Amino acid sequence: MDQIAALIIAKYNYWIYVTLMMIGFYAMIGKRNLVKKLIGLNIFQTAIILMFVSAGVKKGAKIPILDKHHVMEHGVNVVDIVNPVPHVLMLTAIVVAVSVTGVALAILLRIYREYGTLEEDEILEKLGR
Amino acid sequence: MKLLALFATLMTGAILLYGTMDFPAFGDPQSPAATHLATYFTENAVRETHVPNLVTAVLGDYRGYDTMFETVVIYCAGLAVVSVLRKKKPSVPENKS
Amino acid sequence: MRLLQDQTAEQKLGESLIIQTAVRILVPFIQLFGLYVIVHGHYSPGGGFQGGVILGASFVLLTLAFDQKFALKYMSEKANNILSNAGALLFTGTATLCAICYGGKFLDYSALDKLLPLGPIAWRSFGIFVIEVGVGLAVMSISASLFWLLGSNGEMDEGL
Repeated sequence: MDQIAALIIAKYNYWIYVTLMMIGFYAMIGKRNLVKKLIGLNIFQTAIILMFVSAGVKKGAKIPILDKHHVMEHGVNVVDIVNPVPHVLMLTAIVVAVSVTGVALAILLRIYREYGTLEEDEILEKLGR
Repeated sequence: MKLLALFATLMTGAILLYGTMDFPAFGDPQSPAATHLATYFTENAVRETHVPNLVTAVLGDYRGYDTMFETVVIYCAGLAVVSVLRKKKPSVPENKS
Repeated sequence: MRLLQDQTAEQKLGESLIIQTAVRILVPFIQLFGLYVIVHGHYSPGGGFQGGVILGASFVLLTLAFDQKFALKYMSEKANNILSNAGALLFTGTATLCAICYGGKFLDYSALDKLLPLGPIAWRSFGIFVIEVGVGLAVMSISASLFWLLGSNGEMDEGL
């Protein structure tokens, strides 16, 4: 029992993002309103971003902004600096998330203009299925 | 239907949590993500580009393809929103003929 | 939706004098801070994406506090389109210039040293600056135009 508790405490970041991902995933497949589905997609993306950023953490390390002259003379100890690559990946992923949300909202507005509703079953009814 | 969705969600979460058994612990300096390429960036980026902010150096120089096509992605998103939503008002009234 | 727009136009919801004055004073400083974040991205947290979003948010603030017509006086739709094109073109153009410049590689900024000799390492630093400005322009104009188009239902006229 102690081993399981130690395992959970050592990897609690994964529990957080799996919980967030489950909330987003349920909203995406369980809800009937299209705007709620879009909010679920955003929560899902937040979970993925959280996972990548937490993959770059090193305990007790500093931010990846260095002192230029000190580094040119003495070099740098890698263990002291946080891994910068997940930060770069998530910086681009956040902007992609914003543009995905923008395009999705545009399509939702177009659907509302066409059918007058955003409920999935009502749209399917108007389509004649 | 909602019960089925809840079941699928819980199953996915359980599988993912089972998958994290093999993952490195939180804050591990020897994790695979921190040992292969990130070591090179941290050691050499300042010397090679004279940019103290490692995130900017990696974003602009080493991963330039990523950033470039990401800019193209947001440009395409703007283009898509304009082409889906934009409607010009008719400048002349339509009831003349 | 139409009803809400009519109500807003009649009653001027959320457009009290205090908010308008505060926004009118704040917006130049927000834009200055956005430019600072873009330009100072080499030495502090920041860069093209973050600064571009701050610059776009200043136009969103103008639209929320005043009217969309008022915000479009500051940044017309045509200027917005030109800026988004210019941002994407600045990035891809710099990358292509590296490739066609005396046998350099695509996106390798040190090849621009043969065009204007400053030293290859300085050119790598300066090339990052140029593409950050391009990214900032593109992100600013596209985030502002996303808000304007979504908020005005595609008419770019009176807005929310």
